[in-house]
Amino acid sequence: MTALAQSKNHVIEVQGLTTQFGDVVIHDDLNINVHDGEILGVVGGSGTGKSVLMRAIIGLKRPSRGVVRVFGEDFYNVSKEVRLSIERRWGVLFQGGALFSSLTVAQNIMAPIREHLKIEEDLAKDMAALKISMVGLAAEAGAKYPSELSGGMKKRAGLARALALDPELVFLDEPTAGLDPIGAARFDELINYLKESLGLTVFMVTHDLDTLHATCDRVAVLAEKRVIACGPLDEVRRTDHPWVQEYFSGPRGRAALAAKAS
Amino acid sequence: MADSAAYFDTDIKDGILRLVARGDWRARSVGPIDSRLRDFADDSVGRDLVIDMAGVDRLDTTGAMMLQRTFFACDSRSSASKIVGANDAQRALMEQIQHHLAPCHIEPFHRNAFVAMLERLGQGVLDAYYAALELMSFIGATLATLWRVMTRPSHFRWTSTVHHMEEAGLDAIPIVGLMSFLIGAVVAFMGAKILRLFNADIFTVELVGIAVLREFGVLLSAILIAGRSGSAFTAQIGSMKIREEIDAMRVLGLDPMEVLVLPRVIALVIMLPVIAFIAAFLGVVGGALVADSVMDISIALFVARFEETIVINHFWAGIIKAPFFAFVIAVIGCFQGMEVEGSAESLGQRTTLSVVQALFLVIVIDAFFAMFYLEIDF
Repeated sequence: MTALAQSKNHVIEVQGLTTQFGDVVIHDDLNINVHDGEILGVVGGSGTGKSVLMRAIIGLKRPSRGVVRVFGEDFYNVSKEVRLSIERRWGVLFQGGALFSSLTVAQNIMAPIREHLKIEEDLAKDMAALKISMVGLAAEAGAKYPSELSGGMKKRAGLARALALDPELVFLDEPTAGLDPIGAARFDELINYLKESLGLTVFMVTHDLDTLHATCDRVAVLAEKRVIACGPLDEVRRTDHPWVQEYFSGPRGRAALAAKAS
Repeated sequence: MADSAAYFDTDIKDGILRLVARGDWRARSVGPIDSRLRDFADDSVGRDLVIDMAGVDRLDTTGAMMLQRTFFACDSRSSASKIVGANDAQRALMEQIQHHLAPCHIEPFHRNAFVAMLERLGQGVLDAYYAALELMSFIGATLATLWRVMTRPSHFRWTSTVHHMEEAGLDAIPIVGLMSFLIGAVVAFMGAKILRLFNADIFTVELVGIAVLREFGVLLSAILIAGRSGSAFTAQIGSMKIREEIDAMRVLGLDPMEVLVLPRVIALVIMLPVIAFIAAFLGVVGGALVADSVMDISIALFVARFEETIVINHFWAGIIKAPFFAFVIAVIGCFQGMEVEGSAESLGQRTTLSVVQALFLVIVIDAFFAMFYLEIDF
């Protein structure tokens, strides 16, 4: 009973995860939990498997060992129907937006709505308009094709599509990478705003120290094929690990801290 | 957690219209009530409205949007209109949503279909004109680069040229050979069937010899190489263009014409005659085997007749065309690769275009050669 109660407020539970490409082991016996309603930032050096971890959780990279539990269901060992119902409760923002290039932004947002919900076209249009406005895009942007959008607009449009079905859980892969500092700061605000108004749980892979400071409730550090530290930012910063020390106490880490303090 | 449905009732209490929402107002459950809610909003435009949300268990942005939409359709500014019964979280969500009710554009702007058609036609003609000009200039640049490299042979890329000779030439020989062998056999079958009617079986040798040596050997090789290597050139150079490798070459002082285009052109110009030779040979072999097996023309007779009637001119008439075809295929492949810009769609379009244009020009050049040979009696 206690196990059940515990898993209730863990939206994602990853236990003993091992993933590999051929003989190259990416994660070895990795554990990580995401609590209900929090923003968890996953950081780590290049090649530590941050994005692979995300792909393992959302079902794109089958782990060779370990359990991935999302909303309490063992994601890789459930029926197709259960899997689909889980997939409908999350939204994923890929690094480049991953918008369908043959559809306009509004049609991109309507694609999952049409696929999964039995609703009228008018309501689907209203929902698309709502999502476009919520992520801070202008109404005209709805009729644009992805190739006509800037990098920041693509990410916003991608986020709008991720939010199309009103998910409880959102995965963000490097949401601020490739944005200018102003655009990145606006995106941080957007994530905070959405989390507060919608009560989202967010799993975010990021490099961006400013984003960590601005948005994350907890931070998980990936190194040596596992999570070496996980907790509130101040706690993680004190971890005695060379990479963690260099990451948070390097010039950029200090600058981000100073920016936060001021 | 089973999904429950969304419900609403309307009544009039103390003379004010009231909408009582109950149940699960979320994206996955509000679908069935949307049109009824719209009808209600249309019927009550301008009236005072109280929305009672006390019975709403769950609310997400879609449900909140629908309630707000209805609220604003009625007279939301009236002091009698209000939303009651929402808990704190629901009230916060409702407040957020009221800023995001504007409709958005869904599809791009379309103009009159007839005007659009005329515009596309005009644009197509202009594009074809400019494409022809650019292709001319690209051919000129290729020849100029060739001249420059010939005067300074140290600039010639041996490794790259040999690599492309292997990839575009040697590797294509099995498939081209097989195809040509089969075509030679097919031509012989046709000859066997039709010439027999005139009791002229033996002319199958001339039919196969002339058709394969003059046309089929070289044309089939060119067509296959255009599909196989012309498109590969476009894809290779195009993907380098997308990854800015071409720009990087330019700023490093490397000439892409010299590094990328010339080795491919030279490799194909050298290899296509070789392939065409092998194709012609195997085509004749195919014809001879069919003649031997279906007709009374033994291999020895076929060879004797072949030596007697097929003059060497037929062979030259075919093989001379090969370098021209090769040049056109390679230049168009590289040209279209250089024209790729930005996206992967562009790469796909250009690759298709490269094959289509190369095939078209190969056939056109072949027709010119046919007329030319007729005039000079070759």
